[in-house]
Amino acid sequence: MAIEHRAPIESGCPDGMQYMHPVSLRNFGQWKYHEHPRPGVLLHVAYSGDELWTVRCGTQRILDHYTLTKLCDIGDEFADGYIHFTIRSNVEYLVADEAKVQPLIDAIEEAGFIVGGTKNSVAMLSHTQGWLHCDIPGTDASGVVKSMMDELIDEFKECNMPNRVHITTSCCQINCGGQGDIAINVQHTKPPKINHDLVSNVCERPSVVARCPVAAIRPAMVNGKPSLEVDEKKCICCGACFPPCPPMAINDPVHSKLAIWVGGNHSNARSKPSFQKLVAAGIPNNPPRWPEATAIVKTILKCYKEDARDWERMNDWIDRIGWPRFFELTALPFTKYHIDNWRGARQSLNSSTHIRF
Amino acid sequence: MAVDKDKIHPTPMLDVLEEGPWPSFITGFKRMRDEFPSQRINETINSMLGQLEHSYETRKGYWKGGTVSVFGYGGGIIPRFSEVGKAFPESKEFHTIRVQPPAGNHYTTAMLRQLGKSWEDHGSGMVTFHGQTGNIMFIGTTTEGTQHFFDEINEYGFDLGGAGPCVRTAMSCIGAARCEMSCTNEHKMHLKLVNNFTDDVHRPALPYKFKFKVSGCPNDCQNAIERSDFAVIGTWRDDMQVDDEEVKAFVAKKGRQYVIDNVITRCPTQSLSLNDDDTIAVDNRNCVRCMHCLNVMPKALHPGTDHGVTLLMGGKRTLKIGDLMGTVIIPFLKMETEEDYERIVEIAEETIDFWAENGLEHERCGEMIERIGLANFLEGIGIEVDPNMVNSPRQCSYVRMDGWDEEAEKWFDNQAS
Repeated sequence: MAIEHRAPIESGCPDGMQYMHPVSLRNFGQWKYHEHPRPGVLLHVAYSGDELWTVRCGTQRILDHYTLTKLCDIGDEFADGYIHFTIRSNVEYLVADEAKVQPLIDAIEEAGFIVGGTKNSVAMLSHTQGWLHCDIPGTDASGVVKSMMDELIDEFKECNMPNRVHITTSCCQINCGGQGDIAINVQHTKPPKINHDLVSNVCERPSVVARCPVAAIRPAMVNGKPSLEVDEKKCICCGACFPPCPPMAINDPVHSKLAIWVGGNHSNARSKPSFQKLVAAGIPNNPPRWPEATAIVKTILKCYKEDARDWERMNDWIDRIGWPRFFELTALPFTKYHIDNWRGARQSLNSSTHIRF
Repeated sequence: MAVDKDKIHPTPMLDVLEEGPWPSFITGFKRMRDEFPSQRINETINSMLGQLEHSYETRKGYWKGGTVSVFGYGGGIIPRFSEVGKAFPESKEFHTIRVQPPAGNHYTTAMLRQLGKSWEDHGSGMVTFHGQTGNIMFIGTTTEGTQHFFDEINEYGFDLGGAGPCVRTAMSCIGAARCEMSCTNEHKMHLKLVNNFTDDVHRPALPYKFKFKVSGCPNDCQNAIERSDFAVIGTWRDDMQVDDEEVKAFVAKKGRQYVIDNVITRCPTQSLSLNDDDTIAVDNRNCVRCMHCLNVMPKALHPGTDHGVTLLMGGKRTLKIGDLMGTVIIPFLKMETEEDYERIVEIAEETIDFWAENGLEHERCGEMIERIGLANFLEGIGIEVDPNMVNSPRQCSYVRMDGWDEEAEKWFDNQAS
């Protein structure tokens, strides 16, 4: 007997209006200004005079039944039954009445969540899936974030940075974590190890050849079987061949390292949006706590906090003081690997006598 | 209900992640293993923790992709089959279901509970709001569970997001729902754009992924320029609004030096000056809507009232030619009438059609633009050139220009119309 299948309802993206806080709905597009009464709290005032108080909190991001239920319980008892999630996976409770703010904060903190992440704080790290669920990760994501947030929790709870700091992580060089003021990304250092017995059965070879950014892969017969070979002199160890061809193993417990990049900024505020730049590499991928990576992040944050002016994002600060000073202040080594040789690299070279001494 | 003591996989490395003040995802997993009243979930989570511990010990991942979807669709699921399923059989299938969140990520607690209940009935009970793609990530179920879960949530208004070479789940900032900087109806734009392409979301058949993101102002909290193929950014074209009394109050409170150092001299186009009476003069012709002064003085300075959007295309991450920001394609488009929204949807359709025809396999729209040149791309989607699209004109003379007279004439004709 044929199984009866249910046809999907192709409703697409649900209308968010039906889940929106009534004060938001009533004042949609009619907001006048906002204030930042304390870290983790925003007050938005509408032209109508209506107020909307937001309390932001950080969570473990991967929510289990008990955590989700707790967040909903807090929403029902102390907020107005609405929850908004930020792009960085923070939970936001919205309330119309100032009197509800302090009891809400108390309930959030009592439940173990962390109020903060607004304005010039170190925001929640944005991260990907890592070993928990990705098919190509060189490291974990949730564990790295947990370890770093344990160390940066005071910077999340306070607003002591010159401007906001967005930190991202990525478990491979595709960089799903995106651009960040500080980005901690996997950086492979050895070419893929190929299991030639599997390639012809598993991989669509022309697609894999096409995927290589430096044309280092070519079809080959190995041990009488059709396979692929890598010109290891050309290979940049990026791992782009691994997703379409898992027998080209790129992840290595020792040689897959972490690299740190700084100055990525998506905002148009002051300067145009900017890409992050390499500052440190060769950092061991060291679970369960990744202390070496965290130490470098903390050094960079300390220098930024001490030396940057109010409202300067990481990229604004480095633009002002120059890269030589950045390396001097952070005591990170500057190497030949910092000099770009990718497309458009000429634009990153200094063709002037603008030099700080 | 729980897993037998002798069957619990030891997790000495993961246990370390239960220490420290930040909330621990490992503690959450363990509660699901030990306390949740479903033997299936207890065993699945135990198995999954075993595999994760194995990853921590060996510093390698053990998930492989595959092909799983629901009846009628070709995507929306991230299939995960374990390479070490023999050792951890209860989580050998551990697929993620990508579900499109309500535009703007608004929820009632009632809806969150309902989604949670469906997921506990058919999946692992572990969920993330939201992944980097903007989807609700329901992490961990079998192929069979995938269909049951989807059938259930689809009945109450939720649909799968994109995965694979297709139009992906869109994202928009909270915008007009809370923010005074909002210059467009992000919510409406988000729905109009992505819901015009539901077929392309559910049935991956494009060269690669295609993402829409909408930010209500140039602060671009949604990272649209940086990480979407089609970025819509709210902006204004008249003068910014200045509340002189609030400016004076701000200067009185913060001091002139603060205002000079943090507002006046930070303007990227030197369009601000502090008057002798502690008000601010704005050279609006040279303001580039960078938002900085508005961000510092949100009570005193506001966006103008002649709102619209700037459209940029071609942003993406590293694979394969390196990261790209979006490029300005339309400097300003008024967004008032239904026809205005139809126009932007039409531009999106033209773009996706052209890219589907001309993009190489696994080539993002921005990579195609780089390969064929912006001018050819613009011709392909029927958009006229505009000096706002470039930082500067060409600097290399190695170019054939025998069509100059026609192009110059076209420019003057377009200016006149």
